Amino acid sequence: MSLVTPDFGLLFWMVVIFGLVFFLLAKFGFPVITDMVDKRSAKIAQSLKDADEIEARMASWKAEQAQMLEATRKEQSLMLREATETKARIVADAKAQAQAEADKILSDAKARIEAEKESALRDVRKEIALLSVQVAEKVLRHELSDESSQRAFIDQLVDETSQAQMRS
Amino acid sequence: MILQFIISLLLWPMAEENYFSQSFAKNQFSSTFASPAPDEGAEAGEAEIDVGEIIFEHIGDEYEWHITEWKGKPVAIPLPCIVIEDGVHVFTLHHAAENGYTLNENGKLVNAATGKRPIDLSITKNVLALIMSSLLLLVVVLLTARWYRRHDAMKEAPTGLAAAMEPLVMMVHEMARENIGEDYRKFSPYLCMVFLWILLNNFLGIMPFFPGGANLTGNIAITLVLALFTFFIVNLNGTKHYYKEIFDPDVPVFLKPVMPVIEVFSAFMKPISLTIRLFANMLAGHIMILSMVCIIFIMAKYGPLLSGSMTVVSVLFGVFLDALECLVSFIQAYVFTTLSCIYIGLARAKEE
Repeated sequence: MSLVTPDFGLLFWMVVIFGLVFFLLAKFGFPVITDMVDKRSAKIAQSLKDADEIEARMASWKAEQAQMLEATRKEQSLMLREATETKARIVADAKAQAQAEADKILSDAKARIEAEKESALRDVRKEIALLSVQVAEKVLRHELSDESSQRAFIDQLVDETSQAQMRS
Repeated sequence: MILQFIISLLLWPMAEENYFSQSFAKNQFSSTFASPAPDEGAEAGEAEIDVGEIIFEHIGDEYEWHITEWKGKPVAIPLPCIVIEDGVHVFTLHHAAENGYTLNENGKLVNAATGKRPIDLSITKNVLALIMSSLLLLVVVLLTARWYRRHDAMKEAPTGLAAAMEPLVMMVHEMARENIGEDYRKFSPYLCMVFLWILLNNFLGIMPFFPGGANLTGNIAITLVLALFTFFIVNLNGTKHYYKEIFDPDVPVFLKPVMPVIEVFSAFMKPISLTIRLFANMLAGHIMILSMVCIIFIMAKYGPLLSGSMTVVSVLFGVFLDALECLVSFIQAYVFTTLSCIYIGLARAKEE
């Protein structure tokens, strides 16, 4: 029966010793350990969360970077195309302008040639008229050198004039 | 049978040289271990084995710490007997008679004249074991705490003792956090203390030699005190809701007078179940291991064949039981702590 009847002495010492050790450890032992470990756990949790956040931020950065790269590439190709187009246009423009210029020069030249020709013709005509007058003068002078012919001519002129007066 | 024979043949030379030898000399399957044997020389008494006495000696309490026998003389640590009866008497067991005390049939000190039990505060084997294991726990935990004081736990991982103790302490701390409400920090030291104390003493109890070997957690006084600590912590920290659940639970009217009786009964049953569970489990474990060891000595007189084969069997079973006891030591410490934790959690329940 002694197995199941608690012994008073042992009860007493157990209460005293266990109580004492419990008091000491509850004051100087366990809280120190658990507080520190709890703090560390909190720190680890925080660090993990931070790491996650940083990772997410990195991922977004990476996405952003990729996007930027993509945009840049697009812009680059756009610019290239534009440049090619501009080049083509400039060349075409230049060609057109050159053509126009050439045309203009040609037409100017033509016009001047025409004008030169005209004036030359006019001069020629004037010269011819002058020459013909001179020739006529000379011819007349030669023909009217003698008296009879002068008379004949005057008569003729008078006839003609009188005829013209009569008719009018 | 053939196997047994081979095993016993193998064990023969070994057995012949040690303490079985004189039993072999008798060489018969004669008497049971309880029956008196013929007195043959000085050591003949050793052949008689009272298993009950051996087991009770190991699981019980003593006024001196009997460690071993050396050349026929017991080697024991004498311990002070402290008795309060008309003043305080301090003496060792050898001088009990001079002080007017003797041992009764249960091995307890009684007044030789009146036969009454005095107030006995003796430092018995269990009390010495209690002091030593408590000091060990104190030193271990304070050293662990010192590591955390001296080091920055944020920057370095614990090493040595701290690394070993941290998982145990934090396991209980987490258990407290999960089962008790927000003020679990108030109770976590108690639960850590109970867990480590029971665990340490369970393991010291399995240890077959000094300073282990005292059956502390298999002693009902010890487990009773532990359970009472839990009981008082639970009931002194009970919330209004907890006491309402006991004395005025939400039940149909016809159950109103019955429920408080049941609830109060259950409140008192909790520490009792805690007491008995730990006590009985550890005690049973000790008895089983001791029985296994005793089989070797009981079988010694039945000749080489039987005793040899049974030695093998009992050693195998002993190893198995020792391993099992290691597991049980942990489980029982864990169960006691978990239940204490749950009881505290129930007492800290808040109105939903």
